Amino acid sequence: MEDMIFYDRLQFAFTITFHYIFPQLTMGLSLLIVFFKWKYLRNNIEKYNNAAKFFMKIFAINFTMGVVTGIPMEFQFGTNWAKFSELTGGIIGQTLAMEGMFSFFLESSFLALFIFGEKLMGQKLHFLTGFLVFLGSWASGWFILATNAWMQHPVGYEILDNGKFVLENFSALFSNPWLLPAFLHNQLASVVTSSFVVASIGAFYILRDKHSEYGRLFLKTGVIFGLVSSVLVAFPTGDWNAKNVAKHQPGAFAAMEGIFETEHAGAEIVLIGQPNMVDKKLDNKIAVPNILSFLTYQEWDRQIPGMDQFEEDELPDNIPALYYSYHIMVGLGTIFIGVMALALFFLWRKKLYTIKPLLWTILFLVPFPYIANLTGWYTAELGRQPYLVYGLLRTSDGISPTVSSGNTLFTLLGFVLLLYICY
Amino acid sequence: MELFWYIAIGIVLAVFFVLDGYDFGAGIIHLFFAKEEKDKEVITKSAGLFWDSNEVWLVAAGGMLFMAFPTFYASVFSGFYLPLIIVLWLIVFRAIGLEFRGQFKYQMWKDIWDKSFGVSSLLLALFFGIALGNIVRGVNLGSVENGVSAHEGHYFFLPLWDSSFSPLTEHPGVIDWFTIIIGLIAVVTLAIHGANWIILKTNSSINNKLKGVIFKLNIALAVLTVFSLIVWQYVNPNSLDNFSEKPYLMVFPVIYLTGLIGLFFIKKIKKDSHAFALSSLLIIGGIASSLASLFPVILPSVNDVHEHLTIYNTSASEYGLSVALTWGIIGFALIVVYFIIQKRLMSGKIDNMDYGH
Ligand code: HDD
Ligand code: HEM
Ligand code: HEM
Repeated sequence: MEDMIFYDRLQFAFTITFHYIFPQLTMGLSLLIVFFKWKYLRNNIEKYNNAAKFFMKIFAINFTMGVVTGIPMEFQFGTNWAKFSELTGGIIGQTLAMEGMFSFFLESSFLALFIFGEKLMGQKLHFLTGFLVFLGSWASGWFILATNAWMQHPVGYEILDNGKFVLENFSALFSNPWLLPAFLHNQLASVVTSSFVVASIGAFYILRDKHSEYGRLFLKTGVIFGLVSSVLVAFPTGDWNAKNVAKHQPGAFAAMEGIFETEHAGAEIVLIGQPNMVDKKLDNKIAVPNILSFLTYQEWDRQIPGMDQFEEDELPDNIPALYYSYHIMVGLGTIFIGVMALALFFLWRKKLYTIKPLLWTILFLVPFPYIANLTGWYTAELGRQPYLVYGLLRTSDGISPTVSSGNTLFTLLGFVLLLYICY
Repeated sequence: MELFWYIAIGIVLAVFFVLDGYDFGAGIIHLFFAKEEKDKEVITKSAGLFWDSNEVWLVAAGGMLFMAFPTFYASVFSGFYLPLIIVLWLIVFRAIGLEFRGQFKYQMWKDIWDKSFGVSSLLLALFFGIALGNIVRGVNLGSVENGVSAHEGHYFFLPLWDSSFSPLTEHPGVIDWFTIIIGLIAVVTLAIHGANWIILKTNSSINNKLKGVIFKLNIALAVLTVFSLIVWQYVNPNSLDNFSEKPYLMVFPVIYLTGLIGLFFIKKIKKDSHAFALSSLLIIGGIASSLASLFPVILPSVNDVHEHLTIYNTSASEYGLSVALTWGIIGFALIVVYFIIQKRLMSGKIDNMDYGH
């Protein structure tokens, strides 16, 4: 049974990581495309229109990959997590089906029109189709996060005698207190990714002295969007999410922050340290006292429960991975703010285009927003353990009763092979 | 309420097969008949431009099934685990092929992806047919052995095949001679549909030849259809009862026959879109007839221990289904609007269009 869950989880983690590489770019990029197109409508400078069309091509390729990697995600609920699907399908099926109807159709229909229909439609309508693509992709984020929010913090349900969750209140799914902070944080994080991509293409053009006119446009837009979104990702939305976790998943919070022992008064914030699971402490720790209590509750000496307050089987099962994921996300977020602030400063002093080291830094930073997004999700998903539906349905009770681990391993290897072919 | 969602999902599935069916079919035709580079180019383009918006219909059908019949979704997706994952691999692989083909100019590169596009389209058509065959044949629900079930009555697991390849053993596999026949019907049907699509959408040099191909495939289809009806009686003797009890269900087989008979006159049909409509009828009629013959069962049990899965014993709660009805109607209306806008702007032959892909 144990290794059964292990392969199911590994396969899910692998395929969702594969999937999430694409939507995190498309969701943010669609916003930037709408921005370029809007600028063009205002000032009629051809450059902006070309920028919008150029990025729509990149969008289209990523969208296609998003579709093909997304279909396995949806199927896997049934194939690998059949018991989970049977028990909760009446609830999360709602949000998943709405995603299909309201966002994927919108996105895919108008994407084709945006790419092929500019001459047929005229500029205003062309802008509108771009806007609808944006709306579709953000709606998709909204519905999938509503699904995830329900698993993190279940609301509006009733549990029948046979263990089935049935929907009791439809609108509760969307007024879930977990949803809005997670949605805003996640969407801004995807704007971070796309801003970095846009800025780095710009930096590349400038460094190579090719298409420098576009290079400057991309760099400038990327840096401005990048700084604004990086700041908003940390504050208020990151902070807001942290408060939610502390309130609704205190065990996960202790593990994320690396608090092994409850302190008498205010909790310290850990900057560096390696979780030592044998002695249950952090090795080589550097921490600042009382800050965590203040950040979380605005009270310097508020007590925050450590992991010693929870039963072993209530805590996430992979604490080091959870702890590192969280710290990588937050650490990278801080670096992004720093780099983008520096870049904006030089942009303002009109020097940015000549400072090579900074341009190279921007160019090579591209993979890191992807890593921050993925580790952010690892934090959320590992923190939810050992539950599939927090507090109610254990992960071990959600897998397919009839699929053996040998078969799962086989199919996992197949997915790995497919990813390999892709590159 | 269950009935509404059953019909809605059936419609979405049928639309999916009509739409994505033509690009699977284009792949099959491409594999066997396209010889010149120019034709290959335009055929892959006629599939490449549209498949991703077509596959949205599959996603929608999956989502609706999950929402309305969670127990069925859980049972079928875990029970047909291996074939479904193979289908997923093929879908991903085929898409990669279509997207990669144009990336480099080397002939060998193109040939590799052309072959993989053709072969994966063919296998997908075969697997979809086999899937339908499995549904109408039924499975060993609860994995019963000597009267004892290994799982709850709505779970099962099928191996890819059983060494006897017979649909009548206690534990039939996914692939047996009966499901293979249904799989072949799917391949032939989609090949006809794909050929019609190519004729409709492109000016390829094989268009004239394809009409002859359609005629021959249609003969094969007629033979297979009659043959499958006979063996179906043998596999499941009650398969036609629904039609005698509720004669109005006969409309579906009639739709199928209209398509089948109509296509014999393929060479006389003036408008390409009419031929395409006929092969669409073939697909719609075929799927609807199979579903109607089972109704209200959606997955028959081949043992006597567990009852069949029906739309009533696998559905979500009444409240859930009725709120979904409200947003579902809005959603459907919007989709129809998008669809009309899109089709009006993107009609015509694709060779003449500047798509700047
Ligand atoms: C560019 C990406 C990125 C960056 C720089 C950050 N985040 Fe983040 N974070 C995400 C990308 C992300 C994410 C992938 O988008 C997550 C996963 C789930 C979600 O809704 O958003 C997330 C989740 C997430 C959670 C919820 C974890 C859970 O549900 O258990 C918290 C508490 C934070 N973040 C906090 C922060 C803080 C305090 C940051 C300060 C710099 C920060 N994040 C930067
Ligand atoms: C919003 C939609 C999402 C839903 C509904 C969802 C649901 C799930 C489910 C059902 C599992 C398997 C059971 C488990 O191990 O808990 C899982 C695990 C996992 N997911 Fe998500 N997930 C979502 C988004 C993501 C994203 C975007 C990522 C990362 C890019 C991600 C990363 C992971 C990882 C790493 C695991 C494995 C965790 C473990 O095994 O401990 N998830 N998720
Ligand atoms: C387990 C979780 C998930 C499932 C089951 C899932 C399912 C899918 C499916 C089936 C598609 C293809 C849609 C189509 O045919 O157009 C898709 C695409 C997409 N998904 Fe996911 N997805 C998951 C996680 C996520 C997450 C966490 C996000 C972002 C917050 C996301 C955002 C998108 C977007 C924006 C698309 C459109 C394609 C693209 O832009 O790349 N998905 N997803």
